[in-house]
Amino acid sequence: MVTGYGPAERLVRLWLPVGFFLVVALFPFYWMAVTSLKPNAELYNKNIMPLVVHHPTLKHYIDLLTQTSFLTWTWNTMLVAVVSTAISLVLGVMLAYPLARMRFAGAGLIAMTVAAIYLVPQPLLFIPLADVINRLGLGNTLSAVILTYPTMLVPFCAWLLLGYFKTVPMELEEAARIDGASRLQTMRRIFLPLCTPGFISAGIFAFTLSQNEFLYALIFLTKSSVRTVPVGVIAELIRGDVFYWGQLMAGALLGSIPVAIIYSFFVEHYVAGLTSGSVKG
Amino acid sequence: MTIRSEALVGVARRRHRATSLGGWLDRQSVFSWLMMAPPLLFLAALVGYPFVYGILLSLQDRPVAHAGTFVGLKNFVTNFNDPIFWKVTANTFIYTAAATVLKMVGGLALALAMNQQFPLKNLVRALMLLPFIVPTVLSTVAWMWILDPAFSVLNWFLIALGVPKPGPSWLGNPVLAMLSIIVINTWRGLPFYGITLLAGLQTVPPELYEAATIDGASAWQRFRFVTLPLLQPIILIVTLFSVIFTFADFQLVYVLTHGGPQNATQLFATYAFDIAMGAGQLGYGASVALAMFPALALLIVALTIYLRRG
Repeated sequence: MVTGYGPAERLVRLWLPVGFFLVVALFPFYWMAVTSLKPNAELYNKNIMPLVVHHPTLKHYIDLLTQTSFLTWTWNTMLVAVVSTAISLVLGVMLAYPLARMRFAGAGLIAMTVAAIYLVPQPLLFIPLADVINRLGLGNTLSAVILTYPTMLVPFCAWLLLGYFKTVPMELEEAARIDGASRLQTMRRIFLPLCTPGFISAGIFAFTLSQNEFLYALIFLTKSSVRTVPVGVIAELIRGDVFYWGQLMAGALLGSIPVAIIYSFFVEHYVAGLTSGSVKG
Repeated sequence: MTIRSEALVGVARRRHRATSLGGWLDRQSVFSWLMMAPPLLFLAALVGYPFVYGILLSLQDRPVAHAGTFVGLKNFVTNFNDPIFWKVTANTFIYTAAATVLKMVGGLALALAMNQQFPLKNLVRALMLLPFIVPTVLSTVAWMWILDPAFSVLNWFLIALGVPKPGPSWLGNPVLAMLSIIVINTWRGLPFYGITLLAGLQTVPPELYEAATIDGASAWQRFRFVTLPLLQPIILIVTLFSVIFTFADFQLVYVLTHGGPQNATQLFATYAFDIAMGAGQLGYGASVALAMFPALALLIVALTIYLRRG
């Protein structure tokens, strides 16, 4: 904004606050990494300076990958996130396109309903939903979460895409209509290819939200073979009152990495989606 | 005469188009409703129906795996006479209010600090958002270890600074446990406020600051009378969003304290979970979850109206 401060003032106005926020934001991740690399003898010894690793070991990672179902959970998490994101993008487009482009009675009401559903937090619905899933016989199947995640992701994608669609100029579609293309052709061949950035934003958000989801996964997935990473880590690496902190931190770090990598590739899209005021926080 | 006949040709062509199936499908209303039918049916089945069913459940005595019996408002009366329920209500409001204020003030400070030119700014912004994008459960496990009763690294710092051993019991003391969940919720949500407000700040035209400076406004006055009014809409949206999802928070508390010690950190969502999934009382649990509804409905309606994109 304004430049031309002296070095001292710049330290106080810029580096101290930014440094403080950065250290606080990142310390838990540093602590995950440090803990996951320490041998148990070092981890549970109060007389050793804890902030650095004195004798690094990969034992916790090896144990995590060989003695627990962590790889299965990772696969389940990815599968669920990809499928539910894909379903949600398709259904989201089917809601957002007419709302953005067509004039019909009830459009305003539908848009409001979608926005309202998008704002309904899961804890309001999880008890009846658990009963519904059980009656459908979907308990302990990945279908249970693949089916329920889109209940939050569809309104979310529709809402984000609706905002994006309205920024796309209409001239190309009008030209296609004059040339005799049907509405469906116009949407599929002309309009949707123009909206790739919108799909990337919505897709990344939906993907991170599914990776993040905990409540439905906790209720619906109680067998190790179908668990996702968050539920697996909480339910199986905390055994009774015994904590395997090295493994827990290794699991927390490895479980965070896929989201962090995908996010780092698309950080601009992420921030664009974030700032369009369309995110659950 | 010629004008009239052209109009007739137009009418005839339109008629022709409307009678064919393709033409019918191309009508805006037909196309729209056909297109929206699958997602709307999906949402009706898995959001609308469970919502109504949840209300019915709350009026039943319904143990898990048994048929329910209709008991009217008995569950709500039980809640009303239950001191734990009122404790949970107070906890939820305190948690939401404190975390929201901290996130708003801290987020604004972060945005103002970041709204300067400095090297690696984009990298710093990306790193700042990590707490918000990483799965909450996993980062909460790290906090659990940071606050561990025996091996807390936070207490290691405090002891090094002269606090007597063994240092505070963060999750064992009711007040400190509440403080801990508030701080961790703030840690997770603050980047969302900060980065969103930063984007808002960047849309403030620099001329406004220049004009204010020429008119003799101090830095505080520029903030108070230029920045804040222009940021107000975005602050309102971000805050409403955050309040809704803090009010209904589940995972942080479930992982960190399970609502303890002695229900000191129990929120509506975790309490409803304990009753419905732990004790298997679906009807009673549904009534606790529904207790969130009035406040949530108010917030959701307010935000929906505010966001209207019609």
